[in-house]
Amino acid sequence: MTQVLPSVSLQINGQPCTVAADATVLQAIRSAGLHVPTLCHLDGLTPVGACRLCLVALEGHPKLEPACVTTVAEGMVVHTHTPELEGYRRMAVELFFAEGNHVCAFCVANGACELQDVAVEVGMDHSRFPYQYPHRHVDASHALFGLDHHRCILCTRCVRMCDEIEGAHVWDVGYRGSACSIIAGLDQPWGEVEACTSCGKCVDACPTGALFRKQDATAEKQPHPERAQQLAAARTDHRWRNQ
Amino acid sequence: MTTPQVPPPKLRFATVWLAGCSGCHMSFLDLDEWLFELAAAVEIVYSPVASDIKVFPEGVDLCLVEGAVANADNLELALQLRARSKVVVSFGDCAVSANVPGLRNLWAGVAGGSRQSVLERGYVELADRGAQHPHAPGIVPELLERVLPLHEVIAVDHFLPGCPPSAERIRAFLEALLRGEPPPEGQAMLSFG
Amino acid sequence: MKAAISWRCCDATSCRAAGAAALRQRLVAQHGVERVKSVGCLRLCGQGPLAAADHEDGRVELFGGVAAERQLDPEHPFFTLQRSVVLERCGLVDPGCLDDALAQGAYTALAACRQLAPKAVVEELERSGLRGRGGAGYPTGRKWQLVAAQPGSSKVVVCNADEGDPGAFMDRAVLEGDPHRLLEGMAIAAHAVGASEGFIYVRAEYPLAIERLRRAIAAAETRGVLAGFAIQLRIGAGAYVCGEETALLHSIEGGRGTPRPRPPYPAVSGLWGLPTLINNVETFAAVPAILRQGGAWYGAMGTATSKGTKVFALSGAITHTGLIEVEMGTSLRTIVETMGGGVPANPNGSLGVVKAVQTGGPSGGCVPAALLDTPVDYESLQALGSIMGSGGMVVIDESLAMPELARYFMGFCAAESCGKCLPCRAGTVQLEQLLDRFVERRATGADLVQLEQLCGMVKATSLCGLGQSAPNPVLSTLRFFRAEYEAAIAGAAP
Repeated sequence: MTQVLPSVSLQINGQPCTVAADATVLQAIRSAGLHVPTLCHLDGLTPVGACRLCLVALEGHPKLEPACVTTVAEGMVVHTHTPELEGYRRMAVELFFAEGNHVCAFCVANGACELQDVAVEVGMDHSRFPYQYPHRHVDASHALFGLDHHRCILCTRCVRMCDEIEGAHVWDVGYRGSACSIIAGLDQPWGEVEACTSCGKCVDACPTGALFRKQDATAEKQPHPERAQQLAAARTDHRWRNQ
Repeated sequence: MTTPQVPPPKLRFATVWLAGCSGCHMSFLDLDEWLFELAAAVEIVYSPVASDIKVFPEGVDLCLVEGAVANADNLELALQLRARSKVVVSFGDCAVSANVPGLRNLWAGVAGGSRQSVLERGYVELADRGAQHPHAPGIVPELLERVLPLHEVIAVDHFLPGCPPSAERIRAFLEALLRGEPPPEGQAMLSFG
Repeated sequence: MKAAISWRCCDATSCRAAGAAALRQRLVAQHGVERVKSVGCLRLCGQGPLAAADHEDGRVELFGGVAAERQLDPEHPFFTLQRSVVLERCGLVDPGCLDDALAQGAYTALAACRQLAPKAVVEELERSGLRGRGGAGYPTGRKWQLVAAQPGSSKVVVCNADEGDPGAFMDRAVLEGDPHRLLEGMAIAAHAVGASEGFIYVRAEYPLAIERLRRAIAAAETRGVLAGFAIQLRIGAGAYVCGEETALLHSIEGGRGTPRPRPPYPAVSGLWGLPTLINNVETFAAVPAILRQGGAWYGAMGTATSKGTKVFALSGAITHTGLIEVEMGTSLRTIVETMGGGVPANPNGSLGVVKAVQTGGPSGGCVPAALLDTPVDYESLQALGSIMGSGGMVVIDESLAMPELARYFMGFCAAESCGKCLPCRAGTVQLEQLLDRFVERRATGADLVQLEQLCGMVKATSLCGLGQSAPNPVLSTLRFFRAEYEAAIAGAAP
């Protein structure tokens, strides 16, 4: 006999919804057919609450909370698109664009980029924050893939994908503050990291054009963000794609 | 007795090409036959693709600006057009974000600076023969150390990003302004790259 | 000087830097090694190196300078208005000597506690009204109660000794001056919450504190005074953010020092997922006195909501720089003017003027001179847009422009951001550049609007306390010194 999890009822943007008691607010939002933007979140990977785009307002709660890591509670009243939140989200997206070197015109992910999608979603027609033009580099040492740090938004989806799904933990984060970067191995050229299985899952998980297949040229990247969830489900629930 | 009908003065319209590839103007030309309607509705007073006038005139109502501000000429023209135009539109990704011309800013904080680095690369390192820096004072404008998006140089009233913005979007935008309405906003009006 | 029966010579970091070794050498040569004892902080750091002469009749003289050439007044309010609880043995005890600590009463509270049920210890703490001295002010008793209530027998006690605010050196004084006090406080906590393992996370920039802690732990374990409670030292690697509790725990675990969203709070799931009690140095150091004298005794000091005493590191534009421990609720004026002696006179002889007092470091704010009568307690400082913080108190005089102060702290936060969440990583960089424009007097009205908007965004949306409080120095100076920002707008009248 399967155990039925207790469920809780909450209200999102005035819409009632009922979800499992251990669901996150993000799951509840999606189950209600609603939407908040996300970048660091990827179904199938441990949420980290880093991009802050999915922050929501909870009535009676003094702080904004990230929907991806907040568990639902009975009677919770959630607002996903207050003017305050919309203002913060637009600023957040501008900060993302300004801190890296995101030049869509010749990016491998142009047209298939989650950062681009979020910019359009929040109505960013320009960045009020000056572009920083950080001096970053491209790691083309791997035979099949490349990492263009200019386009990295430090969502760490690749880090978690490689650690949690592939189990290789090739990626991690090095340095701090605005100097942070994704590092391979012990900050080695990617191609020299023996732990890399060349599975390409990190490329699939990358929301921008930072990780790419070398054969892909401008606007040719085809990301597969669904793979993390598929593989996690296959492993934990023994559910396979062809079933 | 009726007063003779005086046609309302036509909107004085300009387009400007700063540091960009002219692709936004090409997209503008993709408006095809609607350009005839536009030409009937406005007076084109300055444009690299529709006018021969060399000096940016006074009293412009609406000015589309393609391109980033990358050199002394761009800077002078940007300041001039702002002073002489009622409504300035940042037209396309280069004007909005500095885009590809802005890439040399990556070397702005590096030894030698962005100006020197880009000239060295373009005219000396990659030259097959006759390698030399361009030098023609008064003819070849000096590069600025940093390439700037238009709104970091002058006040901008509207932004129309895209590389280039599609002809449909340009038309929707201009039609609204010609009707005296605020330009349409929202996701349909936004694209990058 | 000849009449002194013994000498106490400060051997803490700041006096060492000022030449304590030379002073000690001189005193040893004059009076013999058996009559000169090394102790921790003697409080008036700005006059260091310091040495105290204890006379037979109980009289104490205080001297400063490598040749003890400056006689200092122990009856100055700087000393007499202090109320030593946390620092009661600091400056009296030899921090390198367990026997001396035992002779002065160390570990008696722990021994007495062991006769009490853990619940009774927690209740005593709750009665004292002690609140977290790391800055957030969470009721310590409640935190202990939470950890004690967790199921399971594996629990951990962690001491946050990653003191990193610019201008803060309270915890360093405890670690360097009376390390056994911290160990005792932790051991009492372990008994109260049911933990058998403890960690002290201390910043690498405190080598002397590390050395003394190592020695103290080894001595305490050898002597068995900790009764099986094992304490390990963990040394930080220079990241300010590791003072944030979840980042600190990650760092102890061997991971990257980055905060994570709470809940779960460490009390429920902390180090390696175990229920973890994490308190700051000063909090633990207050515990032995509370258990010895009773929670009611401690709670009788201070204000209605902020009980007991607080240690402050007084620095900046002030005559008497050093360490003070005062009752909560003491006014800033008493601290700065009466105890600290106010701003030193200018070289031209004109009186120095206090402009503001900065509390709480990069997470805090500035209290303007007009509000110096504010009592120092958690709520009063918060109401003024500052915070109690860990105890750094920097006095600012008229020579410092507020946008410059704000830029300093913003630069600090930008450099110390761990980079995990966007608002802190990228927002602080933009804020620092915006503040550059005000410092260099080339700002625009639009910059001021953007500065306030971005401060609001970084505060409301950052992941951890470092980011959430990074805009505080800007917001607080905008609140009380807005005219300085407006005057920095290009074209504004000078």
